[in-house]
Amino acid sequence: MTHEPLLLAEVERAYREEHGRVVAALTRRFGDLDLAEDAASEALVAALEQWPTGGIPPNPGGWLTTTAMHRAIDRIRRESHRDAKHQAALMITDDTPHAPTGVVEDDRLRLMFTCCHPALPAEARVALTLRMLGGLTVAEIARAFLVPETTMARRITRAKGKIKAANIPFRIPDETAVAQRLGAVLDVVHLVFNEGYLAGAGDDPIRADLTTEGIRLGRLMRVLLPEDGEVAGLLALMLLIDARRDARVARGALVTLDQQDRAAWDREQIAEGHALVRECLQRVAAGGAAPGQFQLMAAINAVHTDAADPRNTDWGQIAALYDQLYAVTPTPVVALNRAVAIAELDGPDVALAIVDRLDLDGYHAWHVTRADLLRRLGRSADARAAYDAAIAATENPAERAYLARRRAELEEVDDSAPREPERP
Amino acid sequence: MTRYMLSVHHTGPYAPMDTPEAQAMMAATGVFTEKLKETGKWVFVGGLEPLDTATKVDGRDGQVTIVDGAFTESKEYLGGFWVVDADDLDEALELGAQASKACGDPIVVRPFHGA
Repeated sequence: MTHEPLLLAEVERAYREEHGRVVAALTRRFGDLDLAEDAASEALVAALEQWPTGGIPPNPGGWLTTTAMHRAIDRIRRESHRDAKHQAALMITDDTPHAPTGVVEDDRLRLMFTCCHPALPAEARVALTLRMLGGLTVAEIARAFLVPETTMARRITRAKGKIKAANIPFRIPDETAVAQRLGAVLDVVHLVFNEGYLAGAGDDPIRADLTTEGIRLGRLMRVLLPEDGEVAGLLALMLLIDARRDARVARGALVTLDQQDRAAWDREQIAEGHALVRECLQRVAAGGAAPGQFQLMAAINAVHTDAADPRNTDWGQIAALYDQLYAVTPTPVVALNRAVAIAELDGPDVALAIVDRLDLDGYHAWHVTRADLLRRLGRSADARAAYDAAIAATENPAERAYLARRRAELEEVDDSAPREPERP
Repeated sequence: MTRYMLSVHHTGPYAPMDTPEAQAMMAATGVFTEKLKETGKWVFVGGLEPLDTATKVDGRDGQVTIVDGAFTESKEYLGGFWVVDADDLDEALELGAQASKACGDPIVVRPFHGA
């Protein structure tokens, strides 16, 4: 069949988009994550067999859910050991195909809280969320976290085993518990978004499906908790970053913030993000809780997206926000980002002194920042070594292309006559 | 419904029974257990004698060896435990938190196999 590759891609896309819904619906019905996942995979196999000849059904999600539901029931009937839960599930003759609203969203949110349960190790939470809600394969998740596939498979299997044996509930926690559990869920949503925004590996430099998934999960959280500042902050952060998506890669290479065509930014998403940041500021001003990391990061991105021209960026405000962020999350990565603002305010030499003190040798952005500061200081040989380290530390093709070009531009500079730094 | 063991992980010697702190711990633990029994989730509770009363017996190779002491290399040891039937891990963790507050030690919540 000539159109097969295209169709295969479409089947895979539909499957990934619908995976969370299918698994969530089946988990609610059967109370068994493994069964739900296996049945979802069987539904994919059925789709790959039937759709090429019969065509993609008008409601692929409904088709996949119904098919997975039947496969799960078949499987339970085949198995000799049927526990009471499964038998009860079989007795419910609810064949409602794929409710499009309400309950379905709740199911996915339930699944979210299950996958992000604090009784699970943090590294397993994000992996499970990507597997169950994002529909990524174990191999893709392993690549994203730079671990061998067998390690990732073990991590996910162990987490699912614990959910089952310890009976981790498939439920949205009550009001008091939600406050405690929320941080873990927001962290995972942020990681999902980040993985999509700048994928660690793969041919597609920006995995729009993962960023879209992150934003979708963020919106879901906001429906559940409309008064929470961090929920609003995370959604604003993701919108403001994602709004720059189209301007961020040109001809296969990454374009840095100062070089981006700001007319290509998504004004609607920026407006929505700014409105959310304003709402957060008002809540804090009215005596609400002090802003957490997501509200502060959103505010930083609001300042960036406020400037129609990069030269008008209010670096003083950005540095002040990074100071606040560092007070909340004192990590070397925050210190690194703060140094970028310091470079604009106090010069690349001051920033480089800060950057060189950070213990971030394994982090590619540290090498990128160093390379850029060294370049601006005219230290070409050092900059070249830093670009090499940065290129070696990332597998993202767009980022590699950008770094290689930057490095090549350096080659033209004669090391014996260092040029003046670009900025005072 | 899942059956869980809430085990008390204690470090160091327990305070002698006639001290106010030991009395307060016993009273708080008793109150928690009574409340637990009222909910119908209680299965078993037991406090253990100190570790120096333990004896290790090994009958694996047909020849029984008996040694004073327990299997413990860490400073932490099992001080006692509750067995409860809870709806799910969230409920077991909530009971574990109350138990921990009552007995003054961290609690490990662990499901029973096939229960």
